[in-house]
Amino acid sequence: METQVVENILQRHPKDQSSIIQVLLDIQNELYYIPRDVLEYVSDYLNVPLSRTYGLATFYKAFSLKPKGKYPIAVCTGTACHVQGAVKILEQIERELKVKEGETTPDKKFSVETVRCLGCCGLAPVVTVGKNLHGKVPMSKISKILKQY
Amino acid sequence: MGKIAIEDLAKIQEAARYKIALRQGAGRVRLNVHMGTCGIAAGARGILTEVMKEIESRNLHDVIVTNSGCAGLCSQEPMMTVEVLGEPAPVKYVLLTSEKVKKIIELHVLKGQAVREYALALGSERTR
Amino acid sequence: MAYRTYLMVCAGTGCVANQSMKIKDKLESEIRKRGLQDEVSVVTTGCNGFCAVGPLMVVQPDGIFYQLLKETDIAFLVEEHFVKGRPVKELLYTPPKEKIPIPKMSDIPFFADQTLIVLRNRGLINPEIIDESIARGGYEAIAKVLTSMTPDDVIREIKASGLRGRGGGGFPTGIKWETCKKMPGDVHYVICNADEGDPGAFMDRSTIESDPHAVIEGMLIGAYAIGSTEGYVYIRNEYPIALERLQTAIKQAREYGLLGKKVFNKDFDFDIKVVRGAGAFVCGESTALMASIEGRPGEPRAKYVHTVERGLWDKPTCLNNVETWANVPQIMLRGAQWFASIGTGDVTADPWGGSKGTKVFSLAGKVNNTGLIEVPMGITLRKIIFDIGGGIRDGKKFKAVQTGGPSGGFIPESLLDLPVDYEELTKVGSMMGSGGMVVADEDNCMVDMAKYFLSFTQTESCGKCVPCREGTKRMLDILEKITVGEGTEEDLVLLEELSNMVVESSLCALGGSAPNPVLTTLKYFREEYEAHVRNKKCPGHSCRKLITYAIDPQICVDKGHGCHVCAKNCPDGAIIGESKQVHTVDVMKCGKCGICYDVCKFDAISVE
Repeated sequence: METQVVENILQRHPKDQSSIIQVLLDIQNELYYIPRDVLEYVSDYLNVPLSRTYGLATFYKAFSLKPKGKYPIAVCTGTACHVQGAVKILEQIERELKVKEGETTPDKKFSVETVRCLGCCGLAPVVTVGKNLHGKVPMSKISKILKQY
Repeated sequence: MGKIAIEDLAKIQEAARYKIALRQGAGRVRLNVHMGTCGIAAGARGILTEVMKEIESRNLHDVIVTNSGCAGLCSQEPMMTVEVLGEPAPVKYVLLTSEKVKKIIELHVLKGQAVREYALALGSERTR
Repeated sequence: MAYRTYLMVCAGTGCVANQSMKIKDKLESEIRKRGLQDEVSVVTTGCNGFCAVGPLMVVQPDGIFYQLLKETDIAFLVEEHFVKGRPVKELLYTPPKEKIPIPKMSDIPFFADQTLIVLRNRGLINPEIIDESIARGGYEAIAKVLTSMTPDDVIREIKASGLRGRGGGGFPTGIKWETCKKMPGDVHYVICNADEGDPGAFMDRSTIESDPHAVIEGMLIGAYAIGSTEGYVYIRNEYPIALERLQTAIKQAREYGLLGKKVFNKDFDFDIKVVRGAGAFVCGESTALMASIEGRPGEPRAKYVHTVERGLWDKPTCLNNVETWANVPQIMLRGAQWFASIGTGDVTADPWGGSKGTKVFSLAGKVNNTGLIEVPMGITLRKIIFDIGGGIRDGKKFKAVQTGGPSGGFIPESLLDLPVDYEELTKVGSMMGSGGMVVADEDNCMVDMAKYFLSFTQTESCGKCVPCREGTKRMLDILEKITVGEGTEEDLVLLEELSNMVVESSLCALGGSAPNPVLTTLKYFREEYEAHVRNKKCPGHSCRKLITYAIDPQICVDKGHGCHVCAKNCPDGAIIGESKQVHTVDVMKCGKCGICYDVCKFDAISVE
């Protein structure tokens, strides 16, 4: 377990049950997913039943219980992106990488998911790769974008 | 800076007044230094710096300084056009020096008296 | 020395994504290279609003608007404009279909028709420097309130202004505050709802990004009015820039003693905690949001006891959205009369009698000028879409505008002269909502759009109550059936029936409003449903099972000289033809992905 990372995160928040979501968010941001042992550890520490922590980790979209790729790809499917063809963009990415939404490439480089609106609707359609945001993405440029990584 | 009192709001506002006025594009006076190739060669950069120094030292809040291209009268550079809100026409000042700039700001910008002897001509220019 | 020129570089999410920070660095280095660093200052501002043309910058005091900047443009721009005084024409904004650029920002129609209250500081201040906010009147309102007004005065003023909730519901803010204040108990909370979950909406993000102090000040005033010492901002985790600016602003306000114990050294304590959402749309609903702050799953509860009475941790809680809070300081400074003079109706007798002030909309979809706008209540949709928005892209035909996100509805062309007003929008089956406004054109299929929103609410349904969980699922099944060409006339009847059932019997507003996109499209675009059901055709060319792609042989050979690009890109190997010869689509193999349509430079490919 990434003990040091988890400990540091726990120190940043009050030791109170209400901190649980904030703690899980920080873990997700640092590790890109929430490993089972971390989930158990955090539950113990904050005195929240594991069933409830698991419930939170599956209720909220921000959390993933499976590891993601080095560059998680998020295709925005907000309304503005939808009307500009977000579905086609997603399919093109799936074809390029030969994985489906929710999956990770065998080399663990990319994982593909969709998000509901990143709030830059003026740039639709929008795709984020890792921490980079690509706006006004034409279908034909997808392979070029992915090759940058 | 530590905690502030209500009176400090006004001080902070005052300190930033010129900055904010400029960003809103609001000004009573607009000084336009002509900076075409000939203007720069004739020393327009120095004139611009002089104008900014004057504004700073006199703590003027309502004067906008901009630069524009060649005014088409290269022999008279460096030149500056002064536009004051409410005055019928802008005035073009020619063959400027730092002393002239000082005087123009003191008389024309602050007191509203155009400095005839430095001007290209008075009342000849028209705005749209 | 004072600067003569300020370069206001937009650092909103849209422009940052388009590399505006690199533009800023380049500007600074080019300015230094020419020794102008003491005359020309580069300032990063919050979202300017005109996201469509980012990265952008405004040169003040001249008000020159530069757009679509590239790093490679900057050296030339600095030399021409700031050394030689000649604005660079090529980088100015030119309206679609016109040839002459408009240099001044204030002359560009997108900006000229807006009225700024909430966004009054956008593009004028650096949101990360509290002094700049104060310079524009920030914290003056709370100073005024603390020195000369009682909590009841504040509430009276807010009531008289006619301010109503900007998060969607339109509940009169003054009444909410008054009720909350009256509730017994020594602990009251105020909450700012910044969980902007509607897809296609980014008003609250931009407001926080461009003027976080306005939100903090609004909450201070609200807290003073209802007697609260503790506030929360619940903000989406997907908004990293807004989150960071908000945290910076709170920190600076604390250092100045504007948050914390004894605000302005008066007998008033108030502080704010920031809580991040974790990606659940339902958490925009007030009771779900409060559950989430408490560390529980965001499931709403029935509201026979209102949150003003028992909200967060069962204490009286006053929740308003970002935009509502940001309006408050201006109302305090400029007075209720001024605010009530903008907008529709009359609120002197009835707080529901009109829509006052302005509304911020994020204009997106198929319009030319996408971005963030603030307009007076009562403006017509037509003016927003065709004047400010600059009309429909690529000369296409307008079909519908969707307001209110997944809870709102579609408004057809015949109703475009409708004024923006809470009641008027509700009357036609849509709603004000939080301010998302997405425009659809002739290429969008209304059945597909209804399905899109429903699949959104269906996935986001928390699952607590049956009508929402099961009802929306069955509705989605029917829509799916229709879009693949298997729908029947009876399905349309059933769909309408189910919609009404879900509206009437859901626990919270998520379910209660989820069928709106379906109901409005059924009402205004029934012929599109019928085309799917009766003729197995999709008039918007979107529903994959009902369309075919074809290549015009004439254009392919004459204009494109059989360029073969489509065939190279086709993932299904469905395009037959040799280079320099005519190409055709093998309908049996075609997966209808549409990439050929996208890559063809000669418009030889058509959809039927």
